[in-house]
Amino acid sequence: MTSTTLTTGKQEILPPPTERYTVLGWIRKNLFGSWFDGILTIVGLAFIIYAGVGSLRWAFTSARWSVITDNFALFMKGQYPLEQVWRLWVGLYLLAFVVGLLWGVFVRQRSFTAWVLLGAPVLFALIVLIIGGSGGWLSLLLVDVLAVAGWALARWQPQRTRRAAITLLILYFPLLILIIRGFGAEGFLSLVPTNLWGGLLLSLLIAVVGIVFSFPFGVLLALGRQSQLRAVKTLCVIYIEFIRGVPLITLLFMGQVMLPFFLPSNVVIDRVIRAMVAVILFAAAYLAENVRGGLQAIPKGQYEAADAIGLNGFQKMTYIILPQALRAVIPVLVGQFIGLFKDTSLVALVGLLDLLGIARGVLANPNYIGRQIEVYVFVALVYWVFSYSMSYGSRRLEVALGVGER
Amino acid sequence: MSRKLLVLLAVVVLGVLIVAACTSAPTAAPPAETAGAAPATGAEPQEAAAKSTLDVVKERGKLICGVNNALPGFGFIQPDGSFAGFDIDFCRALSAAIFGDPDKVEYRPLTAKERFTALSAGEIDVLIRNTTWTLTRDTELAGNFVATTFYDGQGIQVPVDSGIETLQDLEGASICVQTGTTTELNLADQMAAAGVNYTPIVFETADDTTNAYLSGRCDAWTTDKSGLVSRQSIFDDPSAHKILDVTLSKEPLGPMVRHGDDQWFDIVQWVVFATFTGEEMGVTSQNVDDVKATTQDPNVKKLLGLEGEMGQKLGLSDDWAYNIIKYVGNYEEIYNRHLGPDTVFNLPRGLNKSWVDGGLLYAPPIR
Repeated sequence: MTSTTLTTGKQEILPPPTERYTVLGWIRKNLFGSWFDGILTIVGLAFIIYAGVGSLRWAFTSARWSVITDNFALFMKGQYPLEQVWRLWVGLYLLAFVVGLLWGVFVRQRSFTAWVLLGAPVLFALIVLIIGGSGGWLSLLLVDVLAVAGWALARWQPQRTRRAAITLLILYFPLLILIIRGFGAEGFLSLVPTNLWGGLLLSLLIAVVGIVFSFPFGVLLALGRQSQLRAVKTLCVIYIEFIRGVPLITLLFMGQVMLPFFLPSNVVIDRVIRAMVAVILFAAAYLAENVRGGLQAIPKGQYEAADAIGLNGFQKMTYIILPQALRAVIPVLVGQFIGLFKDTSLVALVGLLDLLGIARGVLANPNYIGRQIEVYVFVALVYWVFSYSMSYGSRRLEVALGVGER
Repeated sequence: MSRKLLVLLAVVVLGVLIVAACTSAPTAAPPAETAGAAPATGAEPQEAAAKSTLDVVKERGKLICGVNNALPGFGFIQPDGSFAGFDIDFCRALSAAIFGDPDKVEYRPLTAKERFTALSAGEIDVLIRNTTWTLTRDTELAGNFVATTFYDGQGIQVPVDSGIETLQDLEGASICVQTGTTTELNLADQMAAAGVNYTPIVFETADDTTNAYLSGRCDAWTTDKSGLVSRQSIFDDPSAHKILDVTLSKEPLGPMVRHGDDQWFDIVQWVVFATFTGEEMGVTSQNVDDVKATTQDPNVKKLLGLEGEMGQKLGLSDDWAYNIIKYVGNYEEIYNRHLGPDTVFNLPRGLNKSWVDGGLLYAPPIR
């Protein structure tokens, strides 16, 4: 082989031959390679068909989905007043526009994913329409239109919109809270107290607040743990190890049940805030350890190079070390955020009416007694959609940043 | 060198955090505002003397009621987001008595574990959450039970065709029970007292327990009688099961208030008594206006605020009981609305009948 290549000289070096099979050939090789594989395939297939047919039959014949359709608004927004729901939609419109802008500014290639992501709301609109949401689909359509508008604007004027997009992104979160909560007793944007926040709205808010605030806190803790200042380091280690040593439900119970005893009696901290703080404290400790892993993966040469070109410690961290360290731990961080989103369901156990809390309340309604399976399947589906979206988004981000390639 | 810079970095990030905390001030504001609008959400030990719970509630403009949000028949959430249930109606009755409006209530869903601390920490004004009245809870928990609104008791359910009639018939039987509950302990105590040998089969949730019973893994299963009935109503063939006459434990459920405010205790207690009295005198939400216009009975007149100024003695307006019956109803109406024959539970009144009909509901006279 090599000798022929050498002697002919001009002949190109061929890539190794790709395997080619017919469909039957592929099945034979992969599914029935040996008698053991064959048995495994048949048993597996039988199980999948049995379980699949059973589930589908249940879903389409015996399941009574009216418990979901009747309570759909309740599942989504809890007890948030119906006449104020437009504020949630405004929040979504803003989000769609900002995401559209960012997409147009930062994602250069016109990928298939863009169309999928931008088209997703249309799909949701159809789903809502099918299961009988009233008028919701028009609002969802508007979400989509705004996202495309933002994207188009950014493509048309990338330079000018860049700064605007980033400013909007930073301002978005405080603005969203302001819109949802409102102020003043009466009139435009009147106050909606947090005890009325519920359903998916509350789950998402707790998760987002947890992610947004635990991130800087966690990075700080990770840096503190690497600090050469003995006191700072000890404090960080104690904090991290203490929080990691207790379950989240314990922290939530401490916040909801014990905290009132430690505070002066005329100080009443909102229960939702207490839950959010517990989630932030908890997530930060885990995040700190993940970030520390990233920091330790950076070769010493990077630190030394940064010192050599005269960067001070702050510049060294923000320009050299952290960008590399954080990039390296994206999959871990996203995994943690997904876990955090699902952990928010624990607040149902301390009496907050998040998606799961509302589900329990709905199940106690005598009209829907015995519909546990329908309700829990629906709740699981909602959690899956959001968790999978986060997972998918992180994989796209990894590709965009070239994690794992360089 | 790098040490200094790390400190600098820490300071900068802390600054950013503080700024972030400030920009999201709206999130932080509710507590301040709640505290401002209602300076004493709880009756603070030192302020309690100066400011009664009633004044606090009136000033706040609403009652904060600790409830269960997930107990069929007693507390649940309706599709429009409002709470409903047997316990919820007593919160509404209290609100009607104070404000003349049954809907000035903020419901605070509580779990079994946090309910007493929420009460003693002053986060709620009254706890109406299917709570069993026991000596320990009445004394050690810094709260007082005011009355019993529902007499429950632990029972045993068996298939009709098993022929089991008494505890003694359960000799050698296996009994399904939910783990970690007082139910499990009560069963053990009662069976030991009766000298009956049995095999407990424990399960984590109520659903598992009933499923095991229905699939024939146990000869009987046990929980509170109201629970037995509500579960039975959703069995495929409810008539194939029956509840034994024996009661394993007493479970009187009722509202609880904080220690230290006798006026508030009286108000909650008499609100409950007013619903009993309404049934006793035959005054319902339907006929209350007619009765008020035509009655000559001095007792009814006192109940409805036509004479005697009974409400003022409680610190309320004289039409307090009229408002309760008008907007929420008497005990019978409340019971039937959530647990009675027209509901899936179809729970017999049993002990929860008025004393006139041979039950335990007996209110002292309003005079």
